[in-house]
Amino acid sequence: MTTPVRTGGDMDALRRRYALRHLAARCGVYGAAVLAALVCALPFLWSLVSAFKQNRDLYNPQSNPFAFNEPATPDHVTFLFTDTPFLTFVGNTLLVGALVVAVTLLLALPAAYSLARLDRPWGTPMGIAIFMVYLVPPSLLFLSLTRVVVTLGLEDSLWSMVVVYPTITVPVSVWLLIGFLKAVPKDVEEQAMVDGYSRIGAFLRAVLPLLFPGVVAVVVFSFTLTASEFVYALAFVSASPEMVVSTGVPTQLVRGDVFFWQSLQAATVLTAVPIAFVFNLFLDRFVTGFTMGAVKT
Amino acid sequence: MTSTRTEAATAAPDVRGKARLADREGFLAWAMLLPSVVYIVALVGVPFLLAIAFAFSDVTTGDPSFDFVGFDNFRAVFDDGVFWRALRNTLVFTLASMVLIVVFGKILANILVADFHGKWFVRFLVLLPWTTPVALSTISWLWFLDSIYSPVDWVLRHLGLIDGNVVWLGRPGTAMASVVAVQAWRLTPLAAVIVMAGLVAIPRDIDEAARIDGAGFWRRMVEVTIPLTLPVIAVAALFGAIMTFTDMTVSYVLTRGGPTHATDVLASWAYFRGIEGGDVGQGAAIALFLFPLLLAGAIAILRAVRRLEAG
Repeated sequence: MTTPVRTGGDMDALRRRYALRHLAARCGVYGAAVLAALVCALPFLWSLVSAFKQNRDLYNPQSNPFAFNEPATPDHVTFLFTDTPFLTFVGNTLLVGALVVAVTLLLALPAAYSLARLDRPWGTPMGIAIFMVYLVPPSLLFLSLTRVVVTLGLEDSLWSMVVVYPTITVPVSVWLLIGFLKAVPKDVEEQAMVDGYSRIGAFLRAVLPLLFPGVVAVVVFSFTLTASEFVYALAFVSASPEMVVSTGVPTQLVRGDVFFWQSLQAATVLTAVPIAFVFNLFLDRFVTGFTMGAVKT
Repeated sequence: MTSTRTEAATAAPDVRGKARLADREGFLAWAMLLPSVVYIVALVGVPFLLAIAFAFSDVTTGDPSFDFVGFDNFRAVFDDGVFWRALRNTLVFTLASMVLIVVFGKILANILVADFHGKWFVRFLVLLPWTTPVALSTISWLWFLDSIYSPVDWVLRHLGLIDGNVVWLGRPGTAMASVVAVQAWRLTPLAAVIVMAGLVAIPRDIDEAARIDGAGFWRRMVEVTIPLTLPVIAVAALFGAIMTFTDMTVSYVLTRGGPTHATDVLASWAYFRGIEGGDVGQGAAIALFLFPLLLAGAIAILRAVRRLEAG
């Protein structure tokens, strides 16, 4: 390639071209970001607007669905809190979520440590087997699990969900935690054992504190999975006071053919925002956890 | 250091026995793994075998006694045209959603790793479809696609593209398209997060080297980024496929399988048969059909992950 001697004018033109290209790239990035955000969030944005709409505004095919054509009213949101079991559903969801997260950690932490650190010949196949369990879907098991739940006497009780949900969360948590454990140097527990701790002591006192980011990722992820689960919750529980948000809102806020639309929309936004907010706080951690699980050490 | 340990051990002999047990790796490895294994065998393994047993029995919700009936359930299921329709719908639903999820997931991941102001807020909005309980977000869509008040129709009407209403969920073609669109919309962020993990792991210098060599955005995308993230994209695709293949929530909430089974998938058909229809045996037989395809998908995921580890 021949490089011609550049005159001052050429350089200016070149610089301008780069500046233009840079500007175009920035505009492209912002445009794409705004578009992506809109596509993803539009239904929620619109839910937020319609939650405060009056009936004659909402049920009028001519009125602009994205704006208030009549004065806004908080009545339907108040109705959600005072006249529907929404708060009970929220309480149940939090209770089930907390218990499931606790059970998940108790089961998954030792299992992940065993698979990642106590090298046994069966470690790898066992890890794969546990991962495969994650892929066995509720739609395959709900019929027989319903029978198991009835046998345990837990039908129509939220405890059925506490018992069954860890089958979804444990395998994926073990997988994530193995990833995080690989990032903790082995010297840490060797040093702790040299200092007089037993293997378990080293795990509890030296490894666990370093694993804290992984534990947080597992807590957030398990809770999200639990809150979104639908099939089991629908099959096991049909009594309103024991329902969780994911089944209670779509089934109990509808009376026959009458949908309490504004209240439904309010419930959706009120549930969606906090979960996405917390998840976003830990997104980077979750992304790194996934990569570490896949990178061999 | 070693001396402190023996000192401690001799000072408290009863502790030493415990410490020895807590140090034996073979024993520990089992003891720490066992609770999870027992739990999973009890609540996944046993129900799975039970599901197979149900498929060969005449169990109904009204008459829970177990009688072996051989292949009767399968014969009844095969004779029913709805089953074949559901099978075909499942395949269409899965393939179409998977393609959309991968394409948009890749684009979204590229947007999310770029640097720009307000990224935190954009990420929050983008995560919403995935982190919101699926039944709730689908309810929002139910109104979005309503037969009379649909905002989508309102926009189309004002653009002059239609007059009247499309009735998205009332016609077989548009109902299927709606179910696919909602499923793709809700799983794209998950695919994006998985692909992001792969993008972040690409060493910066490779990208920079390509940039210095004069490769433009598209060239870098096609010749560097995509080949390097291909295994992660494969993982994202398979996750999307498996989660779609076994999903019944979207079609259950949006269309209840209708109109006339146009959006019934295997999972929802098994639910209608097994729980609402009460015929547990037939429901189980239908659900079992998910398994062979699922197994193939799972093996494919593991292979992709292996390649990821090797590379």
